[in-house]
Amino acid sequence: MTATVNRREVRKPRRERRRTASGRPFAAGPMTYVIASLIALVSIFPLYYTIVMASHTNSEMAAKVPPFFPNGSFFTNLRAALKLAPLNKGMLNSLIVSSTITIGTVAFCTLGGFAFAKLRFRGSAFLLGFCVLTMMVPTQMGIIPLYMMMAKLGLANHLQAVVLPTLVTAFGVFFMRQYISSAVPDELIEAGFVDGAGSLRVFFSVVLPAARPAMAVLGMLTFLTAWNDFFWPIIALSTQNPTVQVSFQSLATGYAPQQSIIMAGTLYGTLPVLVVFALLGRHIVGGIMQGAVKG
Amino acid sequence: MTLTHSRRTTVRPRETSKTRRRLRRPGSYAAYAYVAPFFLIFGAFAVYPWLDTAWVSLHDTRLTTYGHSHYVGFANYRNLFGHTFFWNALKNTFSIGIISTVPQLLMALGIAHLLNTRMRGRTFFRVALLMPYATSLAAATVIFVELFGVDFGLINWILHSGLHLGKIDWQGSKWPSQIAVSTIVTWRWTGYNALIYLAGMQAIDESLYEAAAIDGASRWRQFLHVTIPGLRPTILFTIVVSTIGAAQLFGEPLLYDPIGQPQGGTSGYYQTLGVLMYQQGWTNDRLGLAAATAWTMFVIIVLAVGLNTYLVRRRERRSGISRRPLNVPAAGALEAIR
Repeated sequence: MTATVNRREVRKPRRERRRTASGRPFAAGPMTYVIASLIALVSIFPLYYTIVMASHTNSEMAAKVPPFFPNGSFFTNLRAALKLAPLNKGMLNSLIVSSTITIGTVAFCTLGGFAFAKLRFRGSAFLLGFCVLTMMVPTQMGIIPLYMMMAKLGLANHLQAVVLPTLVTAFGVFFMRQYISSAVPDELIEAGFVDGAGSLRVFFSVVLPAARPAMAVLGMLTFLTAWNDFFWPIIALSTQNPTVQVSFQSLATGYAPQQSIIMAGTLYGTLPVLVVFALLGRHIVGGIMQGAVKG
Repeated sequence: MTLTHSRRTTVRPRETSKTRRRLRRPGSYAAYAYVAPFFLIFGAFAVYPWLDTAWVSLHDTRLTTYGHSHYVGFANYRNLFGHTFFWNALKNTFSIGIISTVPQLLMALGIAHLLNTRMRGRTFFRVALLMPYATSLAAATVIFVELFGVDFGLINWILHSGLHLGKIDWQGSKWPSQIAVSTIVTWRWTGYNALIYLAGMQAIDESLYEAAAIDGASRWRQFLHVTIPGLRPTILFTIVVSTIGAAQLFGEPLLYDPIGQPQGGTSGYYQTLGVLMYQQGWTNDRLGLAAATAWTMFVIIVLAVGLNTYLVRRRERRSGISRRPLNVPAAGALEAIR
């Protein structure tokens, strides 16, 4: 370690050496910034261009040289989009559905994850292994019986039909188990038991406070997944009572779909979650990367 | 941390320390109560439907006759394998899978390597990379449908007016349409995988790089001989996760269709197994056939994951790297695909 640090300091004036020299992290050279900016541009450009498309009329977009900057027609397009598709209702429904799923997933999966991480019981290794393996099952495997089940329960076209099947996830249990087993020391749990607390008491006063960061990450990921979910909602719901992803479908119907209107509607339904994501993004990034290091 | 970890902890009580025994007793009964809500919901709305799908696949099931349809044995499977539409969808799923995951993972690896430096604005770049992941599949597809528009799409405009090349029919010809669909997948997932690789890279022991540098290894050689081997478990997981995602690809090809039909374009150029299953079940009312397709997809996923794992693990054993089981981000990506 020291040897490298010294070497780097000695050679510092020569930029090329600095990049090839040993020791991490490498200092980023100007080319790194150029390439990283290009990649960021590719990531963001389709979203930016959605704003451009949503704020022009159709004929403006069909010009010989397409526009590259936003214009003033967004609200006109949006009004037309809102007439075609129940976007507001969709967003409200998505908010209800995603919040319920998030609360359910975080609550049940934290409890289950605690049991798997810190309590010994017969069959726990088998049950946990089973959870992990089920992640290989494609969504397609469940939808026919689920559809029939919801119809029988009278829940078809109701939001409950979307909430119930995704109220818990195998990933959530696994994620919380991983976090709790490494972040909560056994000694702390044992101390709780020694003091005569029951396991539920230990859960609420020892595990829950320690697991809060992971619960936040799981909550954000679950909300995002639920908000963006598409496959099951288009089967379970009608376009009269849609989630926001389902309501997008109504934008393209009609005689001649207008791309500006489609784009305005899509932007309107996507923007809230993107804004929240941009604000919370660093935590989500941290959560994903933290999970990776733990692996 | 890992699955092995769980195995290790279950062995631990045999060491019989006093505190362990105390920990064991209050836990054992209550534990079932704590996992019960999860398994009740999961069993009712996940495990039961999977098994029921197997039952449906052995019956000639229509929407109206569901539950009292007659048993046909493996006729649905025979029917499925005997039709060209199945083999077309299987081939497309495979080729779109390759086009969408191989460049994606290679780019993610390169991006992670690039970002694995001391740089300003790190958070900005990372959040920017993850913006496509936050964009819903439906929105992303709608956006790319416009970008890939044949007459007024931006991509053809760049090709035609910018580069003076011919316009490409991104809808009506086979490879361009498959590339377009794959682009949507690649755009949404590259940044996510890059961040997972980046995290894996940062967990690699720094002294390995120093040793390599002392031996005179260039940064490229360090990447090949330190980063890649150290990242191999992470790479395996991303491959597994991408394979599972690719095998059940559904939303992108469904919404990329010009008239929103589950057909993979008017000529079925990008019809996938996932879309085919939907078409049979919800457009043609052949639920038995659709269920057979779903189970076939599951078997294909298990085989593909097994093959991938075997290939990577075999290389690991050859190069003497220890096994590491499934980790959290891999599982996370798995979940996010759905």
